[in-house]
Amino acid sequence: MEAHAAAVSITGLIVRRGKNLVLPGLDLEIPRGEVVGLLGPSGCGKSTLMRSIVGTQIIASGDVLVLGETAGSAGLRHRIGYMTQSPSIYDDLSVTENLRYFAKIIGASTPEVQAIIERTDLSSVAKALAADLSGGQRSRASLAIALLGNPELLVLDEPTVGLDPVLRVELWELFAQLAAEGATLLVSSHVMDEATRCDRLILMREGKIIAQETPPRLLELTNTTTAEDAFLALIHASEENQSKPVGTAKHRATGE
Amino acid sequence: MNPKRILATTTRVLGQIRHDHRTMALLLVVPALLIGLVAWIFTDTPVFGQIGPEMIALFPFIVMFLVTSIATLRERRSGTLERLLALPLGKGEFILGYALAFGLLAIIQTAVAVGFAVWVCGLEVSGSLGLLFAVAIADALLGTSLGLLASAFARSEFQVVQFMPALIFPQILLGGIFLPRGQLPQVLESIGDWLPLSHAIDALSAVAHNDQAASYIWIRIGFIAIWIILSIVLGSITLRRRTN
Repeated sequence: MEAHAAAVSITGLIVRRGKNLVLPGLDLEIPRGEVVGLLGPSGCGKSTLMRSIVGTQIIASGDVLVLGETAGSAGLRHRIGYMTQSPSIYDDLSVTENLRYFAKIIGASTPEVQAIIERTDLSSVAKALAADLSGGQRSRASLAIALLGNPELLVLDEPTVGLDPVLRVELWELFAQLAAEGATLLVSSHVMDEATRCDRLILMREGKIIAQETPPRLLELTNTTTAEDAFLALIHASEENQSKPVGTAKHRATGE
Repeated sequence: MNPKRILATTTRVLGQIRHDHRTMALLLVVPALLIGLVAWIFTDTPVFGQIGPEMIALFPFIVMFLVTSIATLRERRSGTLERLLALPLGKGEFILGYALAFGLLAIIQTAVAVGFAVWVCGLEVSGSLGLLFAVAIADALLGTSLGLLASAFARSEFQVVQFMPALIFPQILLGGIFLPRGQLPQVLESIGDWLPLSHAIDALSAVAHNDQAASYIWIRIGFIAIWIILSIVLGSITLRRRTN
């Protein structure tokens, strides 16, 4: 029964931060085994949504079911890999020491640590202190930790930020492989041209989901050729529907 | 409670400090050097014999409080705390892992400080040297556990730093260093009698001057131990998996 549950199933999620209503009532269903891109401008609530799924965000109300269990429940902690937006690793430990520590917490084996170091292309810097790594290497070390223990759901907050194009392509290939092995990946980005690499796209703006489609279907629906144009078309459409004053498009998504 | 995960955390924390040689050096010698400075200031007077034991209570306590609270603060800042709390690591396991790592450092640091005070600065200890070590170590562990409590309780970096004057200074002021507690106004004396640092100061003075029975000292060590356990339990309870 539980094996057939959606990877993520959210109804009426409301998150407040101070006086700000970050997520004003969000519904979302993510199927299993896909690479799902969560796209939207910076500040639209992507990280908050991801933290709600992982169970580290205080939520005001709503139901968040992850792999059939309530988000944040103890049983899920073995089953989710989470990569925060800024690399969360210990700067004063080497890459291997970082991974070995988290492996012990999760219960992953030493050979698995080696395999993940190779998979994330960190072998050459495995013995270096994390503080001495480049931004891209640090981010991959943080990703490597999220991969430990073969999690069923990977929640990756902007894993490709600041990476050179070659590395970015390699990472998206890795994500596709992991999905082929059965994992579900929720990958956020504010770079629209990464959209084409996902099986499914969720477009977010101002705490709301304005579209959830496969990339080809999204272009077809909006009659556009790029994800960025599709995003803009959707914003215009939603604004016309709500007859909101034009000019709120200052949060225009930026491609890199 | 899983001892494997506690020990993994302890090893990891010690590994971080091992990579940072300067911190290691500062941690081990600063309290000893401060005690040396006090001894030097009062070279030709009998004052050091009086306040020397109090300095052993004070410096390792403060240093361990600061180091522990800053270390857990860094954990929060780097995002690793959020990551850990999303993993199968118990909050108690996390706090105990830290307590063990810094407890071990506290023991080494205290041994250096006491050894320096006794054998280099010539602090006269009339009572048992073993008891002096026991009290001093309990006192440094107290600093560690209060540091853990402060950083678990705090929601921001600024709050953690503010806990230093808020939690530590009153204990110093009311502990009997500036004025013997018996001469304080009644209310302040009663408050001072409940603060753990007061008991460390009393016990260390009693050992140094050998003017109390061993049971007097063990009761005070027990009192400090209760504070240590309370702080660790309270620290694990107040640590939040969900934040805003």
